[in-house]
Amino acid sequence: MTAPLDVSPGEGVAPPVSGGGVAIQGRSLSQIAWARLKRDRVAMAGLGVVVFLVLVAVFAPVIVGLLGHPPLEHHRSMVDATTQVPKGAFGGISTDFLFGVEPQNGRDIFSRVVYGARVSLLIAFLATLLSVVIGTVLGVIAGFMGGWVDTLISRAMDVFLAFPILVFAIALAGVVPDEALGLSGDALRIALLVFIIGFFNWPYIARIIRGQTLSLREREFVDAARSLGARTPYIVFRELLPNLMAPILIYATLLIPTNILFEAALSFLGVGVRPPTPTWGGMLADAVRYYTIPHFAIFPGLAIFLTVLAFNLFGDGLRDALDPRAR
Amino acid sequence: MVTYIIRRLIAAILMLLIVSMVTFAIFFLVPRLAGATPEGMASRYVGRTANAETAKLAAERLGFNDPVVVQYGNYIKGIVFGAEYDYGPGVEKCPAPCLGYSFITRQPVLNDLIDRFPVTLSLAVGAAVIWVLAGVSIGVLSALRRGSLFDRAAMTVALAGVSLPIFFTGLISLVVLSYGNPFSIFAQGGHYTPITENPIEWAYNLILPWITLAFLFAAGYARLTRAGMLDTMNEDYIRTARAKGLPERTVVAKHGLRGALTPIVTIFGLDFGLLIGGAVLTESTYSLQGLGKYAVDAITNNDLPKVMGVTLLTAVFVIAANLIVDLLYAVVDPRVRLS
Repeated sequence: MTAPLDVSPGEGVAPPVSGGGVAIQGRSLSQIAWARLKRDRVAMAGLGVVVFLVLVAVFAPVIVGLLGHPPLEHHRSMVDATTQVPKGAFGGISTDFLFGVEPQNGRDIFSRVVYGARVSLLIAFLATLLSVVIGTVLGVIAGFMGGWVDTLISRAMDVFLAFPILVFAIALAGVVPDEALGLSGDALRIALLVFIIGFFNWPYIARIIRGQTLSLREREFVDAARSLGARTPYIVFRELLPNLMAPILIYATLLIPTNILFEAALSFLGVGVRPPTPTWGGMLADAVRYYTIPHFAIFPGLAIFLTVLAFNLFGDGLRDALDPRAR
Repeated sequence: MVTYIIRRLIAAILMLLIVSMVTFAIFFLVPRLAGATPEGMASRYVGRTANAETAKLAAERLGFNDPVVVQYGNYIKGIVFGAEYDYGPGVEKCPAPCLGYSFITRQPVLNDLIDRFPVTLSLAVGAAVIWVLAGVSIGVLSALRRGSLFDRAAMTVALAGVSLPIFFTGLISLVVLSYGNPFSIFAQGGHYTPITENPIEWAYNLILPWITLAFLFAAGYARLTRAGMLDTMNEDYIRTARAKGLPERTVVAKHGLRGALTPIVTIFGLDFGLLIGGAVLTESTYSLQGLGKYAVDAITNNDLPKVMGVTLLTAVFVIAANLIVDLLYAVVDPRVRLS
């Protein structure tokens, strides 16, 4: 038994079934939302780019194998020995090196941007997942139980929101030794970044979920379930959670770009995943030293921009589709 | 009103205490849980050159072998009463409030923080003026002309603005407008003149960082203001204001804007507090020697007490900014005092 989702059939609701005499078909709310989303061209473009980026990240070795050179391979012959500047126009862009080569060691920028997508998306997705899990659990508990539990969790949210997250993250990423918890190298750094980013962002989700839970808790279908003898776990998992899926989905989608920027910032500052593993933020940090060769900065910078923009566009569209009252 | 202020003050002090605990946990507890030995930690405080023997001695003298509670007690005691560190070569004094003592530069961190603060403050204040003026006015105009060409153009730029990392826009701005190319009308990064010395040069050197930083925030504020304004203008009291014949200008400025701006003020308090504690990314991009750059450089040099100092100071700023915003609310909006 799924309770009605809080979608008011106001503006922008799906068009009526065309043609006279055709029986009106019942459509689920996700079908309605999908129909609405499909007509939002900007959001669909965002979704397209997101899918493309995920595919790029997943198939990075294949793509690089076909179109590039291994991301860690040095090509010193592509770089002028004295000035360290890439040979050829536009930083050595050619059919062999699609985005040119890095100054000094001549690594293939195309391959590094492609591999950078892996680190960026992996960390952003996992961190978002962590935030969503913590945020949903605590948000539902706070909203559903109320009283001192709610006060405690709400205060905790205030504290977290007041923290200088970036400085804390820098500190935390800096104090953890090179080997910990049986992990080392990239795996440790990725786990650490996921933890830091995810752990400091949960209040954004929790606040929204708490608010939604507070209002859902008072709705008739919850009373109905309770009067039928449903226990709290049933109400939470079968009545509340399905209704919370829409806000969770929306705000998770909107949290991903924030997390991508966060990861890029940490890598830029040198406390992210360590070199030589390619990251977009790390590439930009390297590019600062070679400002005379703008292409070095432009490709990783554009990669961050397009990824974040695509997620933002898709998230905005998703919000419009799932919650027509929001703008 | 008085009870409200007292309540907020107590909350702020509690918050400070929690922040100090979290800061402590990050610097003393996390490394330990992650498997660092007291000697290993001590060597990160006294410098990499220390050999095993001195590291062991330093660990003992700096109290890394003590139970965590004792360490936290000493840490708080240092903040309140000052601290003395005897790590081997001699006794080092760190007067209260001791936010940390760098064994590498042999300086209480607070001295450095006071030196660096004007840079960060100049950056934050200038940028804040630009982003609030630009962000809020663009947001309001967009909301009032919803769906117009201006609205769509502004929101497209704003969306791009929130999607661009500041270390990318900053870098591009430097490449295009500085660094000795034909359009190099602005100073290279790393220049800062105190306002007391030469206000014009001060502003000139900061224009590029100001605009870059303000662009990011203005984009966010424009989006927020627009959304808030659209919400507020649908409220019943706006209809009432119109119904009683007020000119549209008064309705928008006095009734609409006030409702829309309250959440913006909260966020501004948070953002500004964070920023004066160190605009980490902007300062790093433009090589401005502010608090944020200080923290980043300290991490690179493994000089943890400095990072700890910045972390604490930033938290103090954020909490203070929140407190001020809360108190301002109580003055502006009587409803707040009741809740």
